[in-house]
Amino acid sequence: MDPLSWPALLGHAAWRLLPVWIALAATFALSIGFKRRLGLYGRLFESNVGMIGLGIVLFWVFTAIFATQIITFDPLAQLSGMKNALPGSPLKTPVEGAYSHYLFGGDSLARDVFSRMVMGAREVLKIAPAATLFAFMVGVTLGLPAGYFGGKLDTSLSFLANLVLAFPVILLFYLLVTPEIVQTGLPMYFAAVLFLFPILFFAILFNARYKTDPPRRNLYVGLTLALGLWAYAGLAFNADPTGIFAMSPNLLNVFVSVVFVNSPGVFRIVRGLVMDIKARDYVAAGQTRGESPWYIMLWEILPNARGPLIVDFCLRIGYTTILLGTLGFFGLGVSPESPDWGSTIDDGRKLLAIFPHPALVPAIALMSLVLGLNLLADGLREESLKD
Amino acid sequence: MADWDPSKPILEIENLSISFFTRLREIPAVMDFSCTVMPGEAMGLVGESGCGKSTVALAVMRDLGKTGRITGGAIRFKGRDLTTMSEEELRKLRGSEIAMIYQEPMASLNPAMKIGAQLAEVPMIHQGMAKAQAWALARQIVADVRLPDPDRILQAYPHQLSGGQQQRIVIAMALMAKPALLILDEPTTALDVTVEAGIVDLVKDLGHKYGTSMLFISHNLGLVLDVCDRICVMYSGEAVETGNVAQVFTEMRHPYTQALFRSIPLPGADKNARPLVSIPGNFPLPHERPPGCNFGPRCDYFEKGRCDAHEIAMEPVPGTDRHATRCLKWDEIDWSAPPRAQKIREKAPMGKVVLKMEDLQKYYSVSTGAFGGGVTKVVKANETLSFEAHEGETLAIVGESGCGKSTFAKVLMGLETATAGSIMLFDENVQSTPIQKRGADTVSKVQMVFQNPFDTLNPSMTVGRQIIRALEIFGKGDSDADRKRMMLDLLDLVKLPRAFADRMPRQLSGGQKQRVGIARAFAGGAKVVVADEPVSALDVSVQAAVTDLLMDIQRENKTTLLFISHDLSIVRYLSDRVMVMYLGHVVEMGTTDQVFAPPYHPYTEALLSAVPIADPHVTRKRIVLEGDIPSAMNPPPGCPFQTRCRWKSHVPGGLCEREMPPVQKLAGGHQIKCHLSAEELASMEPVIKIAAE
Amino acid sequence: MLSFVLRRIGVMILTALVLTFLVFSLTNLPPNLEKLAKSEASARMTDDQVDSWLAGNGFGRPMLIRYGEWLGVAPGWVITAEDGTTRGRCLTQGLTVETAPRFCGLLQGNWGWSTVFKQPVDQVLGRSLGHTSWLMLWVMIVMVPTALILGVLSGMREGSRTDRVLSTFAIASTATPEYVSGVIFIALFASATAGISPLLAEMGWISGKTLFQGTATSAMDKITFWNFALPVLTIALYGIGYIARMTRASMTEVMTQQYIRTARLKGVSFRNVVMKHALRNALIAPFTVIMLQFPWLLNGVVIVETLFNYKGFGWTLVQAAGNNDIQLLLACSVVAVFVVLVTQLISDIGYVFLNPRIRLS
Repeated sequence: MDPLSWPALLGHAAWRLLPVWIALAATFALSIGFKRRLGLYGRLFESNVGMIGLGIVLFWVFTAIFATQIITFDPLAQLSGMKNALPGSPLKTPVEGAYSHYLFGGDSLARDVFSRMVMGAREVLKIAPAATLFAFMVGVTLGLPAGYFGGKLDTSLSFLANLVLAFPVILLFYLLVTPEIVQTGLPMYFAAVLFLFPILFFAILFNARYKTDPPRRNLYVGLTLALGLWAYAGLAFNADPTGIFAMSPNLLNVFVSVVFVNSPGVFRIVRGLVMDIKARDYVAAGQTRGESPWYIMLWEILPNARGPLIVDFCLRIGYTTILLGTLGFFGLGVSPESPDWGSTIDDGRKLLAIFPHPALVPAIALMSLVLGLNLLADGLREESLKD
Repeated sequence: MADWDPSKPILEIENLSISFFTRLREIPAVMDFSCTVMPGEAMGLVGESGCGKSTVALAVMRDLGKTGRITGGAIRFKGRDLTTMSEEELRKLRGSEIAMIYQEPMASLNPAMKIGAQLAEVPMIHQGMAKAQAWALARQIVADVRLPDPDRILQAYPHQLSGGQQQRIVIAMALMAKPALLILDEPTTALDVTVEAGIVDLVKDLGHKYGTSMLFISHNLGLVLDVCDRICVMYSGEAVETGNVAQVFTEMRHPYTQALFRSIPLPGADKNARPLVSIPGNFPLPHERPPGCNFGPRCDYFEKGRCDAHEIAMEPVPGTDRHATRCLKWDEIDWSAPPRAQKIREKAPMGKVVLKMEDLQKYYSVSTGAFGGGVTKVVKANETLSFEAHEGETLAIVGESGCGKSTFAKVLMGLETATAGSIMLFDENVQSTPIQKRGADTVSKVQMVFQNPFDTLNPSMTVGRQIIRALEIFGKGDSDADRKRMMLDLLDLVKLPRAFADRMPRQLSGGQKQRVGIARAFAGGAKVVVADEPVSALDVSVQAAVTDLLMDIQRENKTTLLFISHDLSIVRYLSDRVMVMYLGHVVEMGTTDQVFAPPYHPYTEALLSAVPIADPHVTRKRIVLEGDIPSAMNPPPGCPFQTRCRWKSHVPGGLCEREMPPVQKLAGGHQIKCHLSAEELASMEPVIKIAAE
Repeated sequence: MLSFVLRRIGVMILTALVLTFLVFSLTNLPPNLEKLAKSEASARMTDDQVDSWLAGNGFGRPMLIRYGEWLGVAPGWVITAEDGTTRGRCLTQGLTVETAPRFCGLLQGNWGWSTVFKQPVDQVLGRSLGHTSWLMLWVMIVMVPTALILGVLSGMREGSRTDRVLSTFAIASTATPEYVSGVIFIALFASATAGISPLLAEMGWISGKTLFQGTATSAMDKITFWNFALPVLTIALYGIGYIARMTRASMTEVMTQQYIRTARLKGVSFRNVVMKHALRNALIAPFTVIMLQFPWLLNGVVIVETLFNYKGFGWTLVQAAGNNDIQLLLACSVVAVFVVLVTQLISDIGYVFLNPRIRLS
């Protein structure tokens, strides 16, 4: 069989991504059709920047979702004769029923670059949004009281946040994301503390809201605690009897480190927003009718800080993606075979000057995802300012 | 400019139309606007917010931003059309021929440039003056605007000056090139009344001294009467009436002007005998203007088929000095007819004492210096405050910024605890009980209405939800359905449609938001309501309606209303008793009649004199206070008012500078905190005199 | 002002102590020490042997005391083994217990011994910092002016064509971490098989095989445009986008302020409105940002030095961390933390100094 020309191989790749295109078209058609009723998300479709950003992000999200349908080969399989194969190369020894070409070529271990890129999207999108969400829980739960009460609490929490922020990220990773650290069980203690915050957040949230209605309060807080502690036991201590919630020690370590690095940034933003909003009259109105401080923080202040927080959330997922890539690039924390983009770039850079494609493909993939997130954040910021 | 004849108008605006363009539509902001300013004349531009008066000013400066565009008409300055001028020609005109003064003095000065440099820049640009010369001129003008120590001020940065001083600098900057036309956009709105009086005097004097024409934009009719020769009343993008100030004020020929005057509390108005008449309905949004007369839907004289048939043009009133009105029926209306008969209400009887404060003190310790570690200072926000408030009574607390009225409200509400003294609320001692420790019952009995309508409601919660939350926290109602019903009743109470329950606050106008705020305050059946300047941020026509609503609810519920305000006109209109505060001290207290008539505390006297009154029949004695209000961080020794008091020389031996004056108890429970002898006090003359009509 | 600076320095020292202690404990965890013992003595030691080796080399005592020794505020350990030989932290180069100083830690200038480079840590560190400072110098020279000019140009007229183009560039560059831009640059400009180099070589425009050199190893001896441009550009690119966006945001905000309108309506020309009135106010915020960029620049340095094989500070850090070189890693951390904290201090003080509103109140 002949090698594919560039247009042909791009056409083949696009064809493989068909599920993604269908999903994208459906999402856009539905969203544009109902954009008047969709609030801030709907208004995103008024701005070109926002739409392009959302398009890129959704492209990768759908790629991650449909990854198993899209890939042409097992991302770990090494086929003989395909070492450093150029993009579009046909298989040396064609296998019956398998795909005929390495669309984006082969890497130094003769694995399919295209399939590794697609599976890499899944690896990244499995961790980055979740880690960012956890960082937000921690940052919000601590930032709210720091900004609202001020004083000694604020001073000490801010000192701690600045402590983490003063640490060069790369150094922190080299200290935290090592096999030795996993041996000491330190990530588990970290997880034990950090994973407590989401439960705390929701429990306080419902308690503050339904304090005047004890039966409902008990129901919501009870549900939160039951679900939360179940997940907590599984994720932090790997002690979920049903096995639904579980994380491998390596993954847990990476996850915890990324949450830990991100939380102080969120803390600072939330604290600043709270200090601004707490001077408003509706906060004073809440105080004069005797609301508890946590009700005011969570139900009066937080909803009105959502604009900047949503924007920061998007930017921060991008930042987390970059951090995960950095970890992969230095071979920290992840398993050596993992198809995540950072490690693939690291694998490819040794022969970069001769065979650039194994490194270039994941590099462009990572860049486009982060770019999409940044554009999305920009579009959201632009539209949320228009109120 | 040689070809310009000084007997011709300096500014001529002809059929000016301005629109703003958004992505969706064109929003006309000003339509068919004409006005003429003669040399040396001061023209007042009056109207409610959103009527387009500032847009006119910016159009004269040709500074409408990216979205604004002049869509028709001409603006001729000294005979030259500004609308067709190039950027470069405009630049030469701006600052040298036409200068502008803005509402927020702090915002209009560059924070990173010395005052001197900002002033000297003007002649350096326009006359090519040398730097040293320009600074010398700056020094002279700073002295002209009556600022002390000009050399120090030239070297200062804007934030080192007080608000009043900053506004004087902005005026000085406008005068640097001796412009022919001065545009003042609400120049005193951000300032305290006594400071405002000084600025107004300065503007008038300098206008005469330099022969400058003025375009004076304001929402305050009294101020326009003080400053201007001619007036132009605007409504919803149109000029509706224009003419000589005295003529428009006494013989108005447009229903809107008339309605405006009837809705502002002039001396003589009384909440029971002669209540204010508010203008029904709301200001139309720019893209929802009615056909024909814009004021039609709110006008008492509206005639269907005639007023809404076609556009209405300005029509001159014959036999007058350039008086014109935009009303078809102006010569049919009986302008001297008294306002529609209003329900005359009984004065509510006063009940037992519900709130009693004794020797209340509130001190804050503040560390000075931006970097911390400075000296800790004690700020005496409230000093020996004693008074009683009865059921159904309205007690007004009057004072300018820094007088401690907000701190007082916080202490009463329990947001702060008092340093000393006692607060008795329905026989319960609450001075040291913070709000979290007060029972839901006590909390719901004392509620507050806030000043800023745009801030008083949580922007991300529906109106209904916010009221229901108040009901929940006060423990009212047994079920969700029950509370929903109570919430709808409350909306009825504040005269809002029930459909508003599902609206978000951003869909409401300022007055409507304020009504929701009132409904929320009364959700728990409040017995004492602290209203912190509840109408000062609203437009004049809406103020009357909201004030009346508050009065009605008070009368029904026998609520005690503590009305905090700096606006003496409204205080005189609605309060039973008045308490005047200055720098944390109560300087005068008594019934409304006692406080508004001599003997006065010298501060009350100055305050009364400073408030502009939109009635040419009223004559006021001019008392302009020197300087600014001292900082509460650094109060003067002795009497707090001694630095600005004009009576100080009447007290022998410099007593005012050494000792805190005693509280003098006069007849009828009238109290004055002053060193002046009883004879001196008795010799005071009334500040306001109403000429016989 | 002075008390503010003193207080900031106090907080900085406290932060430095806490951070160095954290690093010390994280690098001296039992698994790290075990690894050290096995690599220094014998790879086939039993657990007991490891313990006694550690005890014999001063690692047996509590963490806090060892931290004190390392810092130089606690006296160095002296242990007399069973065979009668006396060894101690400070007993180097033939010094005896009597002649050796009691304290020999960081504060005394004793940075320890690098197990990877078989050299004193301060020598390794000095050499690598020398290399890195050249890199940083060029990064700063490229990054700061470019970023500020881009930011001011695009923020000056919000929504204009220039603004759109420059903002898009800035967003794209913040989306490109160093390991991505470095890879792309090498593929484009320094690969003999891909990018533009083969084309240029074919046309005879370049004498070598590639336009730029894909490694910066030769730059350690002599910096040339061809061996240094790519690493400098790689680090600078990310920072340019970030600082330019900050400058733009700050500039657009300033341009909508009332005092800018005042200046315009005073008849000041647009050029002077920007230069005299807007610029100073608009540059206060980016100044802080530039200073706070240092922790991130350090990241870039580590990545770029690894990618381009330039043996500076970042490369050394990777070597130390990868080979369990505890003393060197500690020293690297101290330098990194110190750099970050000092730039933070400068940023705080500079902010106050630039802003008369704070300086004079």
